[in-house]
This record gives sequence, C-alpha cells and structure tokens, in this order.
Amino acid sequence: MRLSGWGRYPYAEASVLAPRDADSTAQILKTSVGLRMIPRGAGRSYGDSALATRVLSSRYLDDFLSLDRRALTIRCGAGTTLAEILRVCVPQGLFLPVLSGTKNVTIGGAIAADIHGKNHHVDGSFCDHIERFTLLLPSGETAVCSPTENKEYFQATCGGMGLTGMILDATVSLKKVPSAFISAQSIPAANLKESLALLRQHNDKQYVVAWVDCLAKESALGRGVIYLGSHSETGKLEHRSKRRLSVPFTTPGFLLNRYTMGGFNQLYYARHRFKKSVNSVYYDDYFFPLDRLKGWNRLYGSGGFLQYQFVLPDDAAESGLRETLETVSRSGKGSFLAVLKRFGPANANWLSFPSEGVTLTLDFKYEPDLLPLLDRLDEIVLAAGGRHYLAKDARMSAAVFRQGYPNWHQFKALKDRIDPAGSLGSLQSDRLGLTQAGVRSSQR
Amino acid sequence: MNILLIGASSAIATAVARRYAANHSSLFLIARNGSRLALQQQDLLVRGAARVGTRVLDLLNHEEHETAISAATEFFGEDDIDLVLICHGSLPDQEAAEQDFDLARREIDINGLSVISLLTRLAPYLKEQGRGMLAVVTSVAGDRGRQPNFVYGAAKALVSTYLQGLRGKLLPYGVDVLDIRPGLVDSPMTQQFDKGLLWSSPELVARQIEKAVRRKRHTVYVPGYWRLIMAVVRSIPEAAFKRLKF
Repeated sequence: MRLSGWGRYPYAEASVLAPRDADSTAQILKTSVGLRMIPRGAGRSYGDSALATRVLSSRYLDDFLSLDRRALTIRCGAGTTLAEILRVCVPQGLFLPVLSGTKNVTIGGAIAADIHGKNHHVDGSFCDHIERFTLLLPSGETAVCSPTENKEYFQATCGGMGLTGMILDATVSLKKVPSAFISAQSIPAANLKESLALLRQHNDKQYVVAWVDCLAKESALGRGVIYLGSHSETGKLEHRSKRRLSVPFTTPGFLLNRYTMGGFNQLYYARHRFKKSVNSVYYDDYFFPLDRLKGWNRLYGSGGFLQYQFVLPDDAAESGLRETLETVSRSGKGSFLAVLKRFGPANANWLSFPSEGVTLTLDFKYEPDLLPLLDRLDEIVLAAGGRHYLAKDARMSAAVFRQGYPNWHQFKALKDRIDPAGSLGSLQSDRLGLTQAGVRSSQR
Repeated sequence: MNILLIGASSAIATAVARRYAANHSSLFLIARNGSRLALQQQDLLVRGAARVGTRVLDLLNHEEHETAISAATEFFGEDDIDLVLICHGSLPDQEAAEQDFDLARREIDINGLSVISLLTRLAPYLKEQGRGMLAVVTSVAGDRGRQPNFVYGAAKALVSTYLQGLRGKLLPYGVDVLDIRPGLVDSPMTQQFDKGLLWSSPELVARQIEKAVRRKRHTVYVPGYWRLIMAVVRSIPEAAFKRLKF
C-alpha cells in the first residue's frame, strides 16, 4: 500500500507487517535477515523515517503490562499511544512526564525519536524518563535496555529512529498531578528579541513555548505569543473524550497561501496582543490543540508538507533565528505553525535531537521550489552550530546530518555490528548515509 | 457490568473489552490462545476492569463448550451476566474452500456451527436469569452471497437467521438478542487487503457496539452506512447480480 509520514511527503509503496505479539515479531526478523524493513508506530513522524518497502508495524503490540502506583511506572507494549496511557493515568492523578504536540504517537515511536515537550528545559526529553525497554535486535534476539543495562543499545536506540531494532515494550516513569487542568498564561511579544527574552525570563516555569508569526517583517519580525503553563492545583481528575472535527478530504493546496496564512497570523496575534491572560485549561486542549482537528495534515493539499525543526545554541540563537526568519519571510513561504522554545541540556543518547539552546519549528507546504529554500536554511543552521530533528526530516543531506550529529559514526559502528545484513533501514537512513540504499521506492 | 466475551482476542472483542474495562466492568474471556489471553487479562486490569477471568478454548471443540461456559458462570457466581458477546471468526480463502469440502466445513463450523453450539448452551442460562443480552458479531457478508466470499457469507447468514428466531423465543424472558453486522474492519483477519475509504477501525466498531448494547438494538450495521450499502446490494435483481464479481 502507499504509505507516507504525517507530512504526506514523500510517499512510498510498502507492504505492512503487523505481528500480533512479540514472538511473531521476532519470527519475522529471524526469517527475513537482510530483507530491509523499518519499524513503524503511529506514522506520526513527518517525513520518511518510518518508510521502507517493508514496514514492521507495532499496532497490535498495544497491551498494558503493568501499572505500579507505588513506583509510579507504567509498562506497556510499544504500540500503545500516549493517548491511551493518559486515558488510564489521568483519572488516577498520574501523568506522563513528557508530551509531544500530539498524543497520537506510540511509545515505541516516542523512544525512537526521543520526543520532547514544552517542558524540556526543566524535565529533559522522553527517554530521560524511560526506566527500561525490551529491544528486539535485528538478529531476532531480545535485549533489556536501560541507562545502566545494555547501555550502548539504550543510548543508540533512544533517538535512533528504529534502526537498532524493534522496541517491544517499555517502562515509563509517571508523575503525580493534582488535577487534569493546566493553568495557562499567554504573553504577547512584539518581536524576536522580546520573544527570546521572555523565553529566557520564564525558564523556571514548567511548560513554556512560543508561537511566532513568521510572515511578519522588519521591526515586527519574530513577533509572537509566549504560552506558560503549570499543573493546576484545582480541578477534577477526569477523562473527557471530545468530539473532534475532522478534515475528511484533502483540501486544495492553494487555499494555504501567503495571504490566507498572513491573515490567520494577523488575527491570531491580534487576539493575544492586548491581554496577559491566565486560564485554567483541560490538559488535552492545552497540550494537543491540533489533535482536535483530525487529519489536519490534509489541509496542505495533495502535495503534502514538510516540517522543518532545528535547534541553535543560545549564543548564536538570536542572529541565526533572525537570518532564518528573514530568509523565510523574503521567500513568502510561511506557515501556520511556527513554534519557538528553549531546550535544556542534551542527554547522552547518540542521535537525540534536543540540545541546550532555542528550537524553531516551521511548516511548509510542499512545492518544488521549497527544497532549495530549505537547503539555504540548512546552511544558516549549521553555520550557527545547530542541527535538525530527524522525526521531522524528509530531505536533509547526509553531510548536513553528519555535521549536526557528531556521534553519527559511533551510531553507524554499532548499527553495522548488530545488523551486518542490513535488515533494518528506512528511506531516511539511506539518505542520511546510515544504511545502504536497497531497492528504490517510488518517490514523488 | 458483567460481560462474557467469546473469541475474546479478536480485534473487535479486544477493543470492546477495553471500553468496558474502562467502566470498571467484570469480564470473562474465552479464546484459543493462552498466552494472548494472559496478556489481555493484564491489559484489561490496568485499564480499570474490576475482575478479569480467562479460559482457553478451541471453539471447534464443541464438547468443551459446556465446561467453558460453566467456568464463566462460576466466575460471575451469584451475579447475573449482563452481556454475552460472541466475536470469533475466520475469513477463509474462498477459492480453496470451494474446492475442498473439508476446509469449507471447517470454516462453516468456526463461523457458524460453533456459534449455534454456544447459543444453545447460553440461551437457557440467560432465560433462567430473566435478563441480559446475547450479542453476536456476524457480518454484512451474510446479507447476500457474493462471489468473493460466499462460504464465509453462508456461515454468517446461518447465524443471523438463527438469531432472528431466537430473538423472538427469548423476548418473553426479558433477554435481548443483538446481531452485529460489521462491514470492512481493519484487523489481523483482513491484513492481506489494501484498505480504502470504507474500512473502519476495530475501535470505531467497538464504540458502536457499546452504543447498540446500551440501546438494546436488535440488528445493527457498523458503521451505520453499511445498512444502506447492503440495502442496495440486496435490491439488485438476481439476474443481474449473478454477473457481478465484487
């Protein structure tokens, strides 16, 4: 079947294997040594990191194995989504320590991309809260991995985009929360300098993220709204399931152009400009506003879209971001979603994305002339000492990847050792030079 | 609620069980694969089930049906069973089943006769209780014999017809009989098919089953638009229908 990441670019023809349990998953790996495949969770990475001619889906590995209320841990199959975990945990006053912008990612995917949330600057990334996981190696053998046990498998697999094996199950630490509500505050920022200053100023708050209007120019460049949040002390612990709006069909891509997006951004900024408001918001609405609009990725038209996320070290952040935003602004290609946030220190995992500094996320509708613009942005990012998020990437070159991730050769050495036949690989890993390109897949 | 699930490891049953577990129901699961059942039991307890019992049973083994059902009734003890949901099924290779009667018989047994065997034993029990619901997952394939899957369809039609009669028989005793007819469901049973617009997830089907149980419906198509599709399929004159290969 034709398969893509969340960005719907690129597509590949893939056969999907969805084993029902750990044993049959191991059987598949054992009987297909050298037949390339890539583990896939919910397919929420944006580009081609979960694409190959054969895809090993974790969708049926979604059982909860245990919930330990005393040790505050939950153990579940790799295909369990954050949404399912929250559904079970929130009514009991338990919460996941790190949440991505969508709850529809699997635990396996969250580990493979070492996802981060609005609290990275205080709580680190998802894998910093993983007690252990069971990894099915390319050989079909299993290994229990933790920060102390099979340490190098752990450090390679966290952020390793599924290239070291298939995660079967994982034990995640939980935290206690007094309510299911977040007390949220929004503060307008008139330009980039102010946005960055506010992010730094509120570095002690738990959840901090900024929306940026990346179509604003000159003195308003980088204007935006800073969102602060912390767990509310009051409010019920309840699970609410809400009706979601859905985008049932792909809308014509031309509906998203610089005028409609500029208008949207104008309105959005205006809404927040004159107020400094504090609200109590249900956690679901606070963390996952886009999940309310099911299939929002279809809004970008049939060509799909690319998300571009990078991090720059603090000292180079302002100039690098300015140059990036100016370049984007000049090109007239912009996005609904421009998100700015400060990261805390990096962890020890070899290919984990977050590192201390400022990260910016941009969305671009796919157009043939987009790729040269992104190549240009790559240069700016690398010159400023930054790197790109592999879960968003669909087009970065091997050279750009290697410069951003100096541990790549360590990763490659381990990969070659545990997977000499090249059983696991994706379109992305081929492009990034981590694996040998196998049979070419259809790519548009 | 107290719920007995037969064929409990099927994708639809798994999704249904999870929904009821979240409401702190007590569940008794009957399925063929013991290790799968053990995982499922643990999963449902984490999700909030009050109690979960299990019993391994190969449903082709009709002699064992009685003892498995006794195990379930023992598990629920003094409490009434509110819902029995029979979910097991198998999608045969139509071509192979047309050429090999042993295979056809086996498939008709799994999808048809084994269900009748269970119903024969369960109906008196619920009659005795004087309440509760018997629900069976059949299929839209039972609505008309189509070339690509009439062995499966015939077995499902057998069950649907049986349920129609049983429904009337049990009516005076306060026992409801629900025939659930799913359309195309994306599950391990249908893994070999490419999925298009008409396919639905087991979770969506489970949500609608829960609703149908709550509303005490008698025949539901899930999702609901299959009622319309099948009405059209049934209305095609046989003279034309016999030429259709879909």
